[in-house]
Amino acid sequence: MSSYETVIGLEVHVELATKSKIFCSCPTAFGKDANTQVCPVCLGFPGTLPVLNRRAVEYALKAALALNCRIPSFAKFDRKNYFYPDLPKAYQISQYDLPLALDGYLEIEVEGKVKRIGITRVHLEEDAGKLVHAGYSDYSLADYNRTGIPLLEIVSEPDLRSPEEARVYLEKLRSIVQYAGVSDVKMEEGSLRCDANISLRPVGSSAFGTRTEIKNMNSFKAVQRGLEFEVQRQGAELDAGRRVVQETRRWDEDKGHTFSMRSKEEAHDYRYFPDPDLVPVIIDSVWVEEIRRSLPEMPDERRKRYVAELGIPEYDAAVITAAPAMADFFEETAATSRDAKAVANWLMGDITRHLKALGLEIRESKLTPSHLAELLKLQNDGTISVTMAKTVLEEIFTTGKRAGEIVSEKGLFQISDQEALGAIVDQVVAENPKSVDDYKGGKDKALGFLVGQVMRQTRGKANPELVNTLLRNRLG
Amino acid sequence: MFADMTVASALETLNRRDISACELAAAALQQIKETDEAIHAFLTVTDNKAMAEAEEADRKRAAGEAVGALAGIPMALKDNICTRGIRTTCASRILDNFVPPYDAAVTELLRQSGAVLLGKTNLDEFAMGSSTENSAYFTTRNPWDTTRVAGGSSGGSAAAVAAGQALFALGSDTGGSIRQPAAFCGVVGLKPTYGRVSRYGLVAFASSLDQIGPFTRDVRDCALVMSAIAVHDRRDSTSAVVETPDYTAHLEDGVKGIRIGVPREYFAEGIEQGVKDTVRQALAVLVSLGAEAEEISLPHTEYGIPIYYLIAPAEASSNLARYDGVQYGFRAYADNLWEQYKKTRSQGFGPEVKRRVMLGTYALSSGYYDAYYLKALQARTLVKRDFDEAFTGYDVLLTPTTPSVAFPVGAVEDPLTMYMNDICTIPVNLAGLPALSLPCGYISGLPVGMQLIGKPFDEGTLLRVAYAYEQHSGLKKARPENPGQRGSGL
Repeated sequence: MSSYETVIGLEVHVELATKSKIFCSCPTAFGKDANTQVCPVCLGFPGTLPVLNRRAVEYALKAALALNCRIPSFAKFDRKNYFYPDLPKAYQISQYDLPLALDGYLEIEVEGKVKRIGITRVHLEEDAGKLVHAGYSDYSLADYNRTGIPLLEIVSEPDLRSPEEARVYLEKLRSIVQYAGVSDVKMEEGSLRCDANISLRPVGSSAFGTRTEIKNMNSFKAVQRGLEFEVQRQGAELDAGRRVVQETRRWDEDKGHTFSMRSKEEAHDYRYFPDPDLVPVIIDSVWVEEIRRSLPEMPDERRKRYVAELGIPEYDAAVITAAPAMADFFEETAATSRDAKAVANWLMGDITRHLKALGLEIRESKLTPSHLAELLKLQNDGTISVTMAKTVLEEIFTTGKRAGEIVSEKGLFQISDQEALGAIVDQVVAENPKSVDDYKGGKDKALGFLVGQVMRQTRGKANPELVNTLLRNRLG
Repeated sequence: MFADMTVASALETLNRRDISACELAAAALQQIKETDEAIHAFLTVTDNKAMAEAEEADRKRAAGEAVGALAGIPMALKDNICTRGIRTTCASRILDNFVPPYDAAVTELLRQSGAVLLGKTNLDEFAMGSSTENSAYFTTRNPWDTTRVAGGSSGGSAAAVAAGQALFALGSDTGGSIRQPAAFCGVVGLKPTYGRVSRYGLVAFASSLDQIGPFTRDVRDCALVMSAIAVHDRRDSTSAVVETPDYTAHLEDGVKGIRIGVPREYFAEGIEQGVKDTVRQALAVLVSLGAEAEEISLPHTEYGIPIYYLIAPAEASSNLARYDGVQYGFRAYADNLWEQYKKTRSQGFGPEVKRRVMLGTYALSSGYYDAYYLKALQARTLVKRDFDEAFTGYDVLLTPTTPSVAFPVGAVEDPLTMYMNDICTIPVNLAGLPALSLPCGYISGLPVGMQLIGKPFDEGTLLRVAYAYEQHSGLKKARPENPGQRGSGL
């Protein structure tokens, strides 16, 4: 393949976590029985009218400000017209030429370098319903529960230069929106969705190549894989002297291919025009400042602070601060436990592993920051060993009991009593003359065996460091 | 006796207990029974519900309970105004079986005021037309002469009031659909300021122009009904946050010192001489009562119709897209989704609706939007500016309501000629202003209407000027003597 530069822009949809829908007072709860969260307004019944949910605008502005956008004082809603059974009015209320927010950016880190990705615009619109295709029947069913849930569309500049950058951008975007506290941003529940525009051009060229739009990438991994496939496909087309066709393509996760959905000629003419049922949105700058002040510390700032104030490595800080819940958990634990690095290690290692296995978010699990702080304290003061701490952690996840309680229930405290251990060490040395000889003969491995024997005798409760020291002294 | 009553006189009689709401409702239903076979004002008559509501009004009065301002007054609603549990068809096949599970805001307000709903009145399909000839059901006849149209689109409501079937009715006005039939049927019709009356539950035709308003037998009744329906409603984002005045309070203040602008463009070619003369005589009456009149110019008047026929169809093409046979209304079955859409809409809509949906779709299409829809929006502001300027020097503007009196059924076949019927009324909708049509004379026994146009939210002044004229015109009691018969007029 010749050398091409990849150009990617992402269109991301985020469902805002308002209690009620954007243009009516129906609840937005996920996973309810079909068509139980609907009313004549979101069903688009004749004569009904939309009324804008102020909270949806507030959430949209909050996200936009977190993405460093400019908020114009005047915005309006437009109708996007098309027929589909999941769209009850046969138009979607969206924003066309005067969106809520413009000209933002976010920063990503790729290969150790910070790169700024422009955000063209952020606008608010209503979600459509969902068609349910019942097996091989000759009909489809429509569920309108999702109809009218507020959606934020975040359009990036074509600043991304690789599928990996696209994935990193999306992860960063999710992180920022999560911090802003305006959405669950779960790709698997559809509260975060992503379409991509992608084109190739010869390295050094400044003109854009012909782009395709890729849909149906339903996970972070799928975004990267789908785009990687498309880079290969477009490159092969160009190498073969063919043109890339401007079209919309669908990513098929199972087959690992993108397939043509419709060409440019077949593209919809949405006939956007201002929605006469809604009045323009006049955004008061005092309100914008209020919302700006209400924004919490964003991931980048937190990361820098953790490195500077808590002394954890840059990498750890980035992992810990990706999701606000994890960062909060870290910070709360680190506040009572002196060893921030140890807290970070536990969070990134065993705790993350347990959460994955349980399929839980950290705040949904039985582990609390005070649990973890207590556990670390018991480990630091030598009451329990690392191995014991791991067992205790597992027990906390299952029972939610406090570390101290588990330790005494299971008799898990470490034996650090020199006299008691000394007796056992003497016994082991007496019973294993061959290993003793081996060690004295220069085989260091033999010491490990002897330590193991002591641990066995104490059923793992002996303080391993102390056992080591005692053995060395005895054999030295 | 019922045929001579007004809302005001009926309320007095009710309050004196000289008549019961049940007797009034029965009289209205009797009048409908006797005359509607000839007039065809009603699409649905709700006899039983009407009697039940009347009984409730009587019970409350008898028990000394507080009653609403219109308790016991029989009335009718145009069939594009939603009524809970009562089918609302928009005179379209596509909504033939549609029974809304909710009331329109005005329906609710009238229920609260104790008014008694007699039924739903005919209209041009989705309010698109000027004669009710576009109704999917039948054409409403003019009570003054049943060979002629009642006007449209709110022809059923206008005819019901003129024929003494209802003491008042509500209609909707997008380009003249209240005022033109009011003029043709010799009744008072008011299109309020855009945003004055909630549109919630009015099946949309062109959302930026639609407005609900009353048909009444005289000006005082118009003020009474307006006081009941001009209420801010949070469910309509375009509903103005303006207090509801007592519209009857200043009716009798007279017109001394009122400055009337008479736009010359509304007395130009295309308006029948008889109509112009009749309206000028009415103006002379107002001047004799102390008003000052001057000729003025609204230079962009001629663009009214072209602007309207881009904006209204554009909005309609989108508003009517929801009638796709998926959730409610008529559905034609087909082998696949797209065929089902096509068949449903081909069979469900009549020719005028299709024409406007196509016009509007075209005007909004990529490549044409700027030249048509956007240009129309820009020109609309010019029309509005004409009025703004005029109102710096005048309190009301006075024009004919229609270019002619009611025309014979079937006489206008060309849609463009039909569109010209709204030449005097359309600019008012484009500017969002209030305007009232009231009878001001007769030509060959057919009523002529004059239109009074007011400043935004100044319906009060329109009613005051109209009332002064009505008191001195000698026309107040004029009614078709035998409504529903040819030549039953004066």
